[in-house]
Amino acid sequence: MATLVNGSATADWPGRYFHIDQILDKPGPRTDPGFAAGAEAPFLRDQAKILVIGAGGLGCEILANLALTGFKHIHVIDMDTIDISNLNRQFLFRSKDVGKSKAIVAADFIMQRVPGVEVTPYFGKIQDKGDDYYMQFNLVICGLDSVEARRWINATLVNLVDPENPESLKPLIDGGTEGFKGQARVILPTITSCYECSLDMLNKQTAFPICTIANTPRLPEHCIEWASVLEWPRVHGDKKMDTDDPEHISWLYKTAASRAKEFNIEGVTWSLTQGVVKNIIPAIASTNAIIAAACCNEAFKIATSSAAYLNNYFMLIGTDGIYSYTFEHEKRADCPVCGGESLDFPISMEVTVEELIDMLIEKQDIQIKKPSLSTPTRQIYLQAPPQLEQATRPNLEKKVSELVPGGGEVTVTASTLPFSLSLNIIYN
Amino acid sequence: MIKIWSMKKDENAAARKKPKTSAAQIRVQKDLTELDLPSTMKTHFADPADLLNFTLTITPDEGMYKGGTFKFSFAINTNYPHEPPKVKCTQKIYHPNVDLEGNVCLNILREDWKPVLNLNSVMVGLQYLFLEPNADDPLNKDAAQEMSKNRDQFLSNVKISMRGGRVASNVYDNVLAS
Repeated sequence: MATLVNGSATADWPGRYFHIDQILDKPGPRTDPGFAAGAEAPFLRDQAKILVIGAGGLGCEILANLALTGFKHIHVIDMDTIDISNLNRQFLFRSKDVGKSKAIVAADFIMQRVPGVEVTPYFGKIQDKGDDYYMQFNLVICGLDSVEARRWINATLVNLVDPENPESLKPLIDGGTEGFKGQARVILPTITSCYECSLDMLNKQTAFPICTIANTPRLPEHCIEWASVLEWPRVHGDKKMDTDDPEHISWLYKTAASRAKEFNIEGVTWSLTQGVVKNIIPAIASTNAIIAAACCNEAFKIATSSAAYLNNYFMLIGTDGIYSYTFEHEKRADCPVCGGESLDFPISMEVTVEELIDMLIEKQDIQIKKPSLSTPTRQIYLQAPPQLEQATRPNLEKKVSELVPGGGEVTVTASTLPFSLSLNIIYN
Repeated sequence: MIKIWSMKKDENAAARKKPKTSAAQIRVQKDLTELDLPSTMKTHFADPADLLNFTLTITPDEGMYKGGTFKFSFAINTNYPHEPPKVKCTQKIYHPNVDLEGNVCLNILREDWKPVLNLNSVMVGLQYLFLEPNADDPLNKDAAQEMSKNRDQFLSNVKISMRGGRVASNVYDNVLAS
């Protein structure tokens, strides 16, 4: 058993998983009916493949936790490089690593430290990868700092679900922290409420009225917003501001500082400037540790059926003492990602767009008036505004088969639909 | 590994295959095709295939800006409706709530934006600025001061600026020719 992987012996020494095997070797009152004593540990250690998205504050904790609970095939994605300010809490990184890829350094560190674990890094964006890539995993666990990335991975995993293939359903465990507050949730794509379902629960980003920024600044933040929202475009025109470029931050800092001086406002600093324009909320290492632990517990329970998993939203508020609450966030029927209806729609190759629209209007069970149609890449027919109606009108006479490939999808919106209807066009 | 699929089979929606169209794109399509605009507002798409970038023309039929044609650019990003659309006035106009660079002070475009709002609400909000300019939230401070101190002078300044004339040290765009 002395095979070498990454220079470490893979052999599991006696007692390595003694404590974890207490849970996996026999069923308990809370184990899932599908629990197979003795079979779960080999699945966890030999087969389960888990994807960690983000190798930052949460990601470092998550990677360490997973490796130590016995996951052995871990992939990690992060597009960021290590900054000196990360070192206080992102404990897989050292000063010598500043400037290097977080994913690569984190993967190397875990493999050095935990024998037999294989961590495959990808230094890049989640959007670089396609469905085939995400299909290979059993579970996805996220420690992200952006709404946009979460929406993307959520929509991707919901779309990945293929009714013909049970393997296509990938549980998504999402952790997030903001100062002393945090949340962990389990999303079973298409079964439970998804990330998009809860989009309206998000706190809005602190935005100051633009008139306050322009005329009556009272806070250092007002001066910084003035520099970035009003002065940057005025002075630099269309040149895009890059919040990761120290020269851009310096310019903003100087501009904001001189404005602050003019209005007798104190407190504009370089780091506050960076914090405001990048919307940075101070990260607390212990919040990350708690949330990462909650997420990894869920990953372990789902991967081994050893206990009931979180249903489905856990929140932690550590601002005044420690408070936590768990509830079931409900699916939204009108969620643009997991809600709405989807229909297989068989038509002949000869049917025109106009005929398809008539078929939709006449369909008793969906009750659509004035449907607008598009594919993921183009508009087919829009009822309004007049200019777009005119621009898409020539399509009415075309055959649907000229515009949509077999098995292709048509998104239908109409005021009578709660959100949208997705047609899966099948030619007969 | 837990058998999630068995839960799936209990659901009657098991045969669902979800759209590849992005949530932002669907939402914009829904917002645009359900716009309910008065005759004083029109949208124009430079590229009809691109729903995320367009202009809105407002021609107020009452109030002090009557007779003018005001143009706004809309840029919507893929994070819509989490983020509001970016709206700018493409002309240099004399208005208490619009600065000389075209930035607009409208609460629902910034601090009060919510995903339940839509493009229609933004457009109606913009039109409202021309009917009821608000001197308490100024972006063009001189205009706002004039409006609250000396309303007649302000009205005359509006008329001059709309013709493409000069007010104080600024020459404004002629908005009377459509």
